[in-house]
Formats: sequence, C-alpha cells, structure tokens
Amino acid sequence: MTGLRNFFATVLASAAVLGAVSGAMAADTIKIGDINSYTGMTAFTAPYKNGMMLALDEINADGGVLGKKLKLITKDDKGQPGEAVKAAQELFNRDGVAMITGATLSNVGLALTSYAGQRKHLYIASEPLADAVVWSEGNRYTFRLRPSTYMQAAMLADAAAKENKKRWATIAPNYSYGKEAVEAFEKLLKEKQPDVEFVGSQWPGLFKIDAGAEVQALAAAKPDAIFNVTFGSDLAKFVREGETRGLFKDTLVTSMLTGEPEYMDPMKAEAPKNWLATGYPWYAIEEKSHEDYVAAYKKKFGDYPRLGSLVGYDTILTAAAALKKAGSTDTDALVEAMSGLTIDTPLGKVLYRPIDHQSTMGAFVGRTAVKDGKGIMVDWSYKDGADFLPSDAEVKKLRPASD
Amino acid sequence: MGFFVAQLLTGMANAGALFLVASGLSIIFGVTRVVNFAHGSFYMLGAYIAYTLMSHLPGAIGFWSAIVLTGIAVGLIGLLVEIVVLKPIYRAPELYQLVATFGVILVIQDAVRYVWGPEDLIGPRAPGFGGVVSIFGQSVPTYDLVLIALSLVVLAALWALFNKTRIGVLIRAATQDREMVGALGVNQTLLFSAVFFLGSFLAGIGGAAQLPKGGADLTMDLNIITAVFVVVVIGGMGSIFGAFMASVLISELQVFGVQLLPQSTLVLMFVVMAIILVVRPQGLFGRPDAAVYQGNSAMVPKPLKPLGLAGKLVGAAILAFLAFIPFYGDNFLVFLFSDIIIFCLFAASLHFILGIGGMASFGHAAYYGGGAYVAALLVQYLQTPMELAIVLAPLGAGFLALIIGWFCVRLSGVYFAMLTLAFAQVVWSVVVQWTSLTGGTDGILNIWPSDWASDPSVFYYVVLVVGAGGIIALRAMAHTPFGYALRGTRDSSLRAEAIGIHVRRVQLLAFAFAGAMAGLAGALFVFAKGSIFPTELAISRSFDALIMVFFGGVQSLGGPIAGASVFTLLQDWLSDFTYWQLLLGVAIIAVVILSPRGITGLLETTGRIGDRFRTATGSNAEVAGKEAR
Repeated sequence: MTGLRNFFATVLASAAVLGAVSGAMAADTIKIGDINSYTGMTAFTAPYKNGMMLALDEINADGGVLGKKLKLITKDDKGQPGEAVKAAQELFNRDGVAMITGATLSNVGLALTSYAGQRKHLYIASEPLADAVVWSEGNRYTFRLRPSTYMQAAMLADAAAKENKKRWATIAPNYSYGKEAVEAFEKLLKEKQPDVEFVGSQWPGLFKIDAGAEVQALAAAKPDAIFNVTFGSDLAKFVREGETRGLFKDTLVTSMLTGEPEYMDPMKAEAPKNWLATGYPWYAIEEKSHEDYVAAYKKKFGDYPRLGSLVGYDTILTAAAALKKAGSTDTDALVEAMSGLTIDTPLGKVLYRPIDHQSTMGAFVGRTAVKDGKGIMVDWSYKDGADFLPSDAEVKKLRPASD
Repeated sequence: MGFFVAQLLTGMANAGALFLVASGLSIIFGVTRVVNFAHGSFYMLGAYIAYTLMSHLPGAIGFWSAIVLTGIAVGLIGLLVEIVVLKPIYRAPELYQLVATFGVILVIQDAVRYVWGPEDLIGPRAPGFGGVVSIFGQSVPTYDLVLIALSLVVLAALWALFNKTRIGVLIRAATQDREMVGALGVNQTLLFSAVFFLGSFLAGIGGAAQLPKGGADLTMDLNIITAVFVVVVIGGMGSIFGAFMASVLISELQVFGVQLLPQSTLVLMFVVMAIILVVRPQGLFGRPDAAVYQGNSAMVPKPLKPLGLAGKLVGAAILAFLAFIPFYGDNFLVFLFSDIIIFCLFAASLHFILGIGGMASFGHAAYYGGGAYVAALLVQYLQTPMELAIVLAPLGAGFLALIIGWFCVRLSGVYFAMLTLAFAQVVWSVVVQWTSLTGGTDGILNIWPSDWASDPSVFYYVVLVVGAGGIIALRAMAHTPFGYALRGTRDSSLRAEAIGIHVRRVQLLAFAFAGAMAGLAGALFVFAKGSIFPTELAISRSFDALIMVFFGGVQSLGGPIAGASVFTLLQDWLSDFTYWQLLLGVAIIAVVILSPRGITGLLETTGRIGDRFRTATGSNAEVAGKEAR
C-alpha cells in the first residue's frame, strides 16, 4: 500500500516537476518532439537520434533559431500506433512542442498523419515509407522527408529495365510495405518493358521467413530476375539460403534498401554480391558537404553514420529551416513555410513539394559487393527523388487533400 | 519428384529446430503446469550466447561444444528464473505464473539488448556443413540434414531419459499426477528445478543450433513462442512424441503452403490448430484425463458480495476524481486517463470470463480490436455517426464472440486458451490480408469523434460515461442469477450441471457478453486515437489484457481496474527511460512475488483481511480438491 502510494506520489511529483521545468524553459527554447521506435528498432533509431543531436548541436552553437535554442524531446512509440498517438498528445499538451517528427514504421507514421490532420499540428514524417502518408491519406499538416516506397521502387524499375530480363519473380514481406513495393515495381517495369513477365510472387510473414522453402519456391518458378523487398533478419536468412542453394547464381536480384548500412552491415562478409539495390554508400561520397558531415558525426559519436543518421540530421535541418522561414512557432505559419521549403543538406538541396508535401530527397542506386569482409555499394549513382515521382496530374489524383 | 523431396527435407529441418524448443516447453508444462511464455526468451538467449561462444571457440570442435555449452548456460539461467521468480508462486491461482514469465520476457529483452547491442547478428556457418548435397537434382543444404539428425538424436535421448532413468520416470509420473508423486515422497522442489533446467537446456540448444540458418536478433523470442505453443498444444501438452509429430506437421504444412498459397503462411498453423482442437481437444497425442487442466486448487476464491456502503463510497469517490480530471493539471491527463478507462473496460471484460467464469481467453484482443474495426468500418464506408458506431461495435464484437465461443466453450483450461488464441490469429490475419476492405497493416485512418465531442475534454467525458457504464454493467452482471450460474460453472461444473444449469450455454453467453464489452472498449479506443491497425488484434494485445487482469488480481472485481490502471501508469511513467522494459519487467515480477493474488491481493493482505481470507479458503480448498477428483 505504501509502495503504491509512493508510486502515485512520485508520478504526480514528476509530473509537477516536468510541468514546472517546461514552463520555465519555454521562454528561451523551441521544442521539437520526436516519436520513434526507440526500443523496438534501436538499430535504426539510435543512429537516427544521433543525427538529430548532431544537427541540433550545430544549430544551437550558431545561436539557435529565432533567437532561441532548439530542444529535442524523444518518445518511444513501442512499435504501436496507439502509443504513438498518445506520445503525440503528451508532446503537444504537456511538453508544448512546436511540431512532431519521426516514425519508422509505416503504421505509426500513418497514425501520426491522421492525428496531425485532425488536431492541426505540424508533423514531419522523417522515415516512414508508406505512400499513403503524402498521397491517399495526405493532409495539410503532414510532410515527408525520406523517398517513399514508390520512389525507391521507381528508381529500381528504371535501372532494372536496362537489364532487359524477361521472367521476374518477387519476394516481399506480407504487409503493406511489401505489397506496395511489389505493386509499384511491377507497374513501372511493365510500362518501361511491356514484354516482361511476372512468374511468381512469394509473401513470407514479416520477420517469420521460412527461407529454405521460399528459396525453393522461387527457384521452381525459374526466373531470370528477382525483385526482393525483404529486409532485416528475413533478408539475412534469405541471402544465406539463396547463396547456399545457388539461387542467385544466374539471376539478377534487384532489392529495396539492401545497400543501406543498416541492412548491409550486419551481414558482414555474407552480404549479397552484385545485387541491384537502393542504399547509402556514405564511405564513398565525395561531396565536400557530405565529407564534413561524416567527419563531424564520427568525431561526436565515435561511430560511422547510417542512413538513419542522415535522415535524422536532415529532419532537424528541416525543422529549423521551417521555423526560420515562418518566423514563429505558430502552426499555420509553419505549415505555410514547409510548403515549397528548400533546405541545404549534406547531399545538396532538398525541396518539400507544395503539390504533395513529399521531399525530393533521393537515394543511391548501385550494385552490392563485398570488400574487406564488409558489404559495400559500387557503381552507384545518386538518383534525385524529384525525377521518380508521378506526373503532377497523377499526383493530384492520388492525393485527395487539396493543400 | 526432386522438388518434392527437397521441400520435404526443408520442412524436416525446420521441424528439427522447432522440436528442440517445443519439447522443452512441453516438459516444463507437463510437470509444473506453468505456461511459460519466457520459453522463447531462452531460445533467443541460446542464439546470442552461442554466437559469442562460437566466435571464440574455433573449428568444428568449437562449434559443437559451443552448442552444448550454450544449452548448459541457458539451462542454468532457466534454473535461476525458476528459483527466483517461479518458486515463490507455484501455489498462486491457475495461470498466474504467466504474468511472471511475461516480466521475465521484458527483462531478458533489455538485458540482451544491453549486452549484445541492437543490431542483428548473423550466425556463423557450421564447419564442414556449409555446402549442399544434390538429391534428385535439387540442392539440399547439408546443415539441414544435420538438423534433422540432431532432432532425431534428441528425440531418442529424451525417450531414453523418460523410459530408462529414474528421474525420467518421475517426470513422467509427475506429468500424469503431480500430487500423487508428491504424496509418495518425491522431492517436488528438486523435480521442478530439474525439469526447468532440462526444458531451458533444450531451448538453448534450439537457439544455438539454428544459428547457421539464421542468426540472433531481438524479435526471436516473441516470434517463436506462438509457434512453439501451437506445436505443444497440437501434439498434446506434456507429450514429447506429440511435440515431435506436431513440429513435423506444422513445418511441412508451412513449407508446402509457401509453395502453393504464399499468402497462407500468416495463418496456416492457427487454422490447423483450431481444426485439431475442435476435433480432438486434448491434441494429437495428449491424454484426455491428464490434459484437463485442474489448476491449483489451493486458492478457491471467496464468494463475491455486492459492494457494501464503504465500497460504494470508494467507487463514487473514484468516479468523482475521474470527473474532475479535465480541471486538474495539464491537458495531457485527459488523454492518459481516457486510455486508462478504456483499458480498464477491456481488462474488466476479460475478467468477466476469466475471473468469474474461470475461462482464460488468450485471444480477447479479437473482440477488442474487432469492436474497433466494426466502428471504423461503419464510419469509413457507411458514414455512421460516432454515437451509433459506439452502439453497434459491441454488437458486432459480441456476435463474433458468439461464433468463436461456440467452438471454444467445449474445451477447458489451456486448450480453451489456445483455441481462443488460434481464432484470434485467424481474425487478425483476415484483417491483415483483406487489404481492400480493412487497409491491411496500413489500417483505417481518420476515424474521429463527432464534432460536438471533438474537444478532448468532451470526448473524455464520453469515454468516462461509456467506460464506467460498461464496467458497472459487468459488475452488475456478476451479481445477477446469470452471474451466479456462471460462477457455479467455474467452481463445479458437475454440480452446476446437476442442478439444471446448461453449463455450455451459460459459458457461451458469458463469452459473448465479455466480447461485446471488449468491443465497446475497442470502439472508444478507435475514436480516441483516430485510427485503427491490426496491432490492436494481435496476440500482444490479448496478453496485455491477461497481464492487467492477473496483475490486478483475478479474484476480485476490482482487480482488473487496479491492474489496468497501475499497468498503464507504470508503462507511461517508465517509458521515458531507455531500458524501461527492464524496469517494467522487474516491477511486474516484484508484484507477482510479493503478492500472489495481484495488487488487490496485496491491498487485502496489508489490510489484515488477508489472513482471515487464507484460513477461510484453506478448508474450501480441501473440499474443492476432493471434488475435482
């Protein structure tokens, strides 16, 4: 009983302290709330958070924004959309943030999209890939940074068409992201290469792949090429079984996200070879701004950046730029500022398109290889996101929201 | 032909890894009757420990000795968990231990994240078994054959253990009649510990042996645990050979399902489990008499009484406190407390069948999420106003519960639990797969309250009125003749039958009513959050409800309320820490050990009522124990 009473006392006390602290600091800080899967997907969100902290320190060292320091509050979504909405409610109603950012899982991103639209708060969807975030469910208050499922599938379809393979098989996790990627890839490849044939599709459960059976089933379809959407532990198992059973010997594999260090590095020397994939060769990019960014990141964290780090970094740049352009923390002014906002990222200029609130951040497409016991990307090139979006007329059809 | 054989072997190899883990769980359950959800965590620990050992021990000898050492290490960890966490609560009410094992899952999750880091680890290949052999022109990995051989060796070793050694015979005897074994002078404490070591050892070996086919990652624990339970239940709880056959059956079905109907893999094993349980409730190789879960009869709850004046005053005070929330403190409290009220209703609805009806549903989220989806679909496709959707959602969820319950109430104990879980998974996968209607995993968005209720404070009062109304209805129902009948079916179904109560009908109606109330909670949830995703139908949500009910105390009507409130507040309070799962796990384990009757039990004990309660129920227990025989 006393334990319980103490517990409640602590809860109320900590709430009071939080309230008092946030009240006192409100004067000289602008708060940004980030909601992400910090415990469920730490391998992705830890580098992401580092990227945000780096940008935050740089901006605050320069005097902050609008004469105030930026302050970041992070909340764990526990991998559940309902928890993410609760976190958003807490951030706006208790912490008084100016905007929210974040989400890696698509369903969390969509829940926050819906929340932002209803409560009229700015949400910068940094990482979720679902097309619906800016298209079918897009709204005035939601903007997305990372290139979407559609854009990355379009980049791969473009590169795959040049290989002129006829018989394609697909393998994708059995949930929305997998289905969307396969659908977009099939559609776009058929447009570019009408004689293409899709001879098989496999749908393993997310993180429950039965790799041996999937590889056998793919091999039985005798494809010339495979489009892969699996990732994480599914991908590692798929690659190992596929290599062991010789599935990839004479088959071109195009693959979503596989070149990102987040997915490539855990596989070490067993990373797939000569796959056509989207990714992030941070070690080989020679732009000065990017080299500076990598050096600063390594210096601060003693670790190399992942793609998530760059996304986190750009997210804070976006937030700061929007605040500066809006000249206030008022949501309407911020939303106006976000539309058509251009930011200078380590990889060049990125524009938040007024038509659908999607940024033009691109991705790298190249071949995977193994060097010194580590997976890398070679023969890569940067694809500007702006070149891989549907025409404006099509976008208008995909996005019912008027602004 | 070649293809067929190759797929068959793939299935057998998968079955091998699954069997190692499942046999351990089956042995633990058979003897201790603990539904050990942490078994998947031991499997995960096995993978991580073996990964570290293998990177330090070179060559083939290193590889194989690493597997054995891992088994021993995980066995010792399992033993530690048994001694520290489970030993103090063996005499707690039926299934109570699963809350403790849930706490163990959380602790092991964060401990592994801390020690090995968050990145997935890819397993080393087995020295000498990295290649393939050609069988009928198809490449079959040699390690697959090793796994098949390993599982057969373990099966043979277990057979020898159970048939040729004294401890094995004792374990078998305890599986069939634990109390008789105790009465014959066998040291049960030692036997339980031995069994836990053996079961964890097998899980550790399983985690280690699968490394060359996969690796180690933080989702392994929960990913395997349901499959393992399915195998154990299909095979027959406590039957090793059954576990083996079920592993083979499930794995082969999966493998050929992948080939013939790629989308089926989400749900196939649950459909199979549902069919088998409906046709043969004790599983393929379970014994009907031993299979009936009698639980621990040491704690028959005292009869419920309607609230006295003091109780009514406390209830009124709580309601008054809740009514003043919008006027107190910061604006976030209305959101936090609306979540708490919704979870209270959800937990109370489960408590109605679990505590009052004695039916532990492991799939209650099907009706909670089901109600939420009914409301969301009505709004999405028929532009139904919020008020009507909140009324119709419980009807829809209740109807769903009526259909599913019709199959489930034929079973009891853990088999009932697993059948409800199977159906819940079927519901979940239908929602995930039927993208055109439900939006699949992208869910249904923009389901917001009507304009008049769009202000958070106003909607909070909607939640309060509907939620408190639902909880009061559940409580009132417990005191109607129907509620008495339901309690009768729980305490002695034979006697209830004899005095003319239609046991199954009463249970079915209770199941449907609880489902409807869960659906009501779900409808409130969807309007509170504005969107709904299949996560609300998932197993983890069902477990949340179970934990809240047990955590609060099964035997008191106030239990689910206390459990849901404290659990939600704890989560909210701890989740700002990086290792909040560890803290939450420790908190859960602490409550469980301190008070085997949950939070309300803790309150009662502190209030000195507990002592009298214990003496009173002690004599009841003997009577109930005799009846059960």
